[in-house]
Amino acid sequence: MNTIQVAEFGLLLPEIFVLVMTCVVLVVDLYLTERNRDVTYVLSLLTLAGAALLTLGNYPSGTTVAMYGTFVHDPMGGLLKLFIYVVTAGVFIYSRSYLRDRGLYKGEYYVLGLFAMLGMMVLVSAHSFLTIYLGLELLSLSLYAMVAFDRDSPTASEAAMKYFVLGALASGMLLYGISMLYGATGSLDIGEVGAAVAGSEDRSIILIFALCFVVAGLAFKLGAVPFHMWIPDVYHGAPTSVTLFIGSAPKIAAFAMLMRLLAESMGGLQPDWQGMLAILAVLSLAVGNIIAIAQTNLKRMLAYSTISHMGFLLLGVLAGTPEGYSAAMFYAVTYALMAIGAFGMIILLSRSGFEAERLDDFRGLNNRSPWFAFIMLILMFSMAGVPPTVGFYAKLSVLEAVVAIDMVWIALVAVFFSIIGAFYYIRVVKLMYFDESESDEPINVGMDMRLAISANGVVVLALGLFPGALLSLCAAAFP
Amino acid sequence: MIALSDYLILGAILFSISIAGIFLNRKNVIILLMSIELMLLAVNMNFIAFSYFLDDTAGQVFVFFILTVAAAEAAIGLAILVVLFRNRQTINVNDLDTMKG
Repeated sequence: MNTIQVAEFGLLLPEIFVLVMTCVVLVVDLYLTERNRDVTYVLSLLTLAGAALLTLGNYPSGTTVAMYGTFVHDPMGGLLKLFIYVVTAGVFIYSRSYLRDRGLYKGEYYVLGLFAMLGMMVLVSAHSFLTIYLGLELLSLSLYAMVAFDRDSPTASEAAMKYFVLGALASGMLLYGISMLYGATGSLDIGEVGAAVAGSEDRSIILIFALCFVVAGLAFKLGAVPFHMWIPDVYHGAPTSVTLFIGSAPKIAAFAMLMRLLAESMGGLQPDWQGMLAILAVLSLAVGNIIAIAQTNLKRMLAYSTISHMGFLLLGVLAGTPEGYSAAMFYAVTYALMAIGAFGMIILLSRSGFEAERLDDFRGLNNRSPWFAFIMLILMFSMAGVPPTVGFYAKLSVLEAVVAIDMVWIALVAVFFSIIGAFYYIRVVKLMYFDESESDEPINVGMDMRLAISANGVVVLALGLFPGALLSLCAAAFP
Repeated sequence: MIALSDYLILGAILFSISIAGIFLNRKNVIILLMSIELMLLAVNMNFIAFSYFLDDTAGQVFVFFILTVAAAEAAIGLAILVVLFRNRQTINVNDLDTMKG
């Protein structure tokens, strides 16, 4: 076996940088008093900026496998990592005032957030089942701790326990599937497994068995029906600043995991997993959109909306064509942008002792702040898929991909349920513009938050007006 | 000579017991944590059996990583359990139902 070349470390530079900087943040934070906590915040943002520069500086043009085949440097990974940095930076900026008002402004939030992000980076660039597992666990373990971060909240600790048990169950299922796959192919390397699976003429029972467990584990992590029961409780119970994180960046990483496990290592079984994903997608679209209508809590409503969006994401993946994969990738990154915007608005309206998580808290927002009401309008229209927002193009490209493989019925089902879903998004708009507000409390947040959330809304609109550049970047990831 | 299939059946039985433990148990959260550990050990059993019969060490290396991660996972699970008990004075699974909808 050949040794690792020094140049291979260059490919891992963003990961190494994030790891070192996270440890620096951890240690520096110990020496800070409560008043100087902003140093941790600024250091965390600098870490993200540095990682983004390193990723951009060595942006992958082709696929290179490094570190004995455990790490892959490819355009899909590069683009997804850049979006993960942007979304995580948004999460840090939005959550600062929320954390400070509630006495949660601690270094641990940033350290755990950065470790979770490192897990996502490893997951996105994994080329072996071992790195997929390690990345996934680094991400999940950090998230479990973050949900329980508000130590004195009974709902947060209950949500953390549910998330932990079901998350560990999902990891166990995934691992059981991986162990079967290892037994059937004799390798942990995704490239070798992919070749072995594609090469086997008869689909052996053991491969199908492994596939079932892997799909069940993935569906748990994505939150697709019938493995969705943790999503509403965790989104509802966790502090909003953590819900913001769970609901955004990990979806990008989950898409990458889906691609690495299903498309790359089990591409040869595509006809088999296509049917499984179709069932998951249809159920997610139906359950997510219908139950969301009944919610009065905005965080719970967005949780069910996440489930339906994951159904759309699965539509792109189940197509099994490069167009489908790039459409699903476009969906994943734009969904993450919409999700941080929507949860960011909840944080924007909340203040010390008031969570602003009921739908009624958005009544008459237009009278209190026309600009932020407009941003929320863009975000809701984008989630509903109304042109000219980016959500429209995301849904359109996914639907094009399934129509191209002659699965018109599933496209019709998806359109039908997204029309039902439009109802509860537009209800928020109606509450903001046509109802009287219950309080005239002025919106009181820092300048960084105002700028970031305005930029977020504008980006969602701008990507909808000019989707070409991002669409072609996504298409370039799957030649 | 014990065949590969015997090890796999043992692994499957352990895995089933752990799944049943998670879904049937309505009393104690600690039993859930034990079931999760058992599930990971069932997977380890599979990996080691395959690794031995395929004559490939990668599976055994994977087992070391799973054991390490399982330890970290147990630490976090118990920490969450302590927080839960402090807030609710109970670790009964049936009492974890304050959120509805």
